[in-house]
Amino acid sequence: MNLWKKIRKTGRVAEPAPPRPEGEPPEPRLAGSVQIRHVDAGSCNGCELEIASVFGPVHDAERYGARLVASPRHADALLVTGPVTRNMESALRRTYEAVPEPKVVIALGDCARNCGVFADAYGVAGAVGDVVPVDVEVPGCPPRPEDITKALRGLTGR
Amino acid sequence: MIGAAAQVVLIGVGSPFLVGLMRQVRARLEGRAGAGIAQPMRDLRKLLRKEPIAPHGTGWPFRAAPLVLAATALVVAAVGPFATTDSPLDPAADLFAVTALLALGTVALALGGLDTGTAFGGMGASREMTVMALVEPTILLAAFALSIRVGSTNLGQIAASVAEDPLSVISPVSLLAAVALIIVTMAETGRIPVDNPSTHLELTMIHEAMVLEYAGPDLALIEWASAMRLTVLLGLFAGLFTPWGITLALPLALAVFAVKVAVLGALLAAAEVFMAKLRLFRVPELLAGSFLLALLAVAASFFLERA
Repeated sequence: MNLWKKIRKTGRVAEPAPPRPEGEPPEPRLAGSVQIRHVDAGSCNGCELEIASVFGPVHDAERYGARLVASPRHADALLVTGPVTRNMESALRRTYEAVPEPKVVIALGDCARNCGVFADAYGVAGAVGDVVPVDVEVPGCPPRPEDITKALRGLTGR
Repeated sequence: MIGAAAQVVLIGVGSPFLVGLMRQVRARLEGRAGAGIAQPMRDLRKLLRKEPIAPHGTGWPFRAAPLVLAATALVVAAVGPFATTDSPLDPAADLFAVTALLALGTVALALGGLDTGTAFGGMGASREMTVMALVEPTILLAAFALSIRVGSTNLGQIAASVAEDPLSVISPVSLLAAVALIIVTMAETGRIPVDNPSTHLELTMIHEAMVLEYAGPDLALIEWASAMRLTVLLGLFAGLFTPWGITLALPLALAVFAVKVAVLGALLAAAEVFMAKLRLFRVPELLAGSFLLALLAVAASFFLERA
């Protein structure tokens, strides 16, 4: 009963939805529903915190039809964070191959786009774009949850 | 005949919306906005457009499992006492046949999970079999307890007899059987506290672990079949304990059935918000408890309702 009172008192915590972003989704066959597999290719976990926030109650990206899934076979989009380290290079490539067509790749954060502060480090194989083709980039270190939500809405078109 | 066809169409089309409704209820109680009740339908439409993939080394069990799962769910949807009790497949409306059909679908999916040869597929299959070994006898016993009063194991006749005499539901037998059926419905459909349908952690999965390798149209078939099994089990519960409206004209009976299942689904989703998932090793205790309740229901019906 205490939990019930808490639910009544808290009410809705989701922010009101901002206007839909401009532009056509890059893959119209995924309209309205995009399942996302998150791949940490060597991230510092800063981006992961923001992803957790995006799918939390406040930003609630699920209302736009985006959902995190447990298997690349179920996924339509790969959400890759961090510079691609040598150990994760083949893992990332094989994950990409496991995703059924049509598929898109999102490079999340400055590290994923151009290695960020880890550029030229000895353990880094390159940016995400050097390993798999990237369709959407989200800049920031880490990107703001609003920006991530906006990028996901660009994919679902909702 | 028309009644059975209408049931299949209603359950086939309506079950994704039931899943959407349950997700929406959960989202609202968690303070979220929610994706809307049509989201599972959008997911299915999208999955059907995707490329089918069969992993290397998989054989016919992997390919046949989604078809068997969906086919058994459709047959149960056709024969169950949901909106009409006169099924053209009357012998198959037997409680043993319906339980066996549900078990056949589960076993097919477990074989499909094993066929992938991955660690998680086998783990999910073994867990699902553990749960099923305790769930199926409970469904049988709980429905059997209700059948003693009627003197027939035909589900249609049980529902019809309760519809004739609605007050007969108020008995210790029905109460015990209802609690047992609620627990096994949650276990069989892979919901909290037994399994978490939205988990991303492979180590805690039961149902999801078996379907990790399915993609595209196969996955759509499995998700659709799972939604139908949930609808069918809730509908069975509604048909056995609250069969009001089953004697009405068909369109009205279908509407009453849809409302009953939607209310049951919303209640189940709301109850889930208040519960945590059980540790896997505690699950057999819960299911054994529900089996005991079903056994007590049979014993009580023997003492109280011997005709």
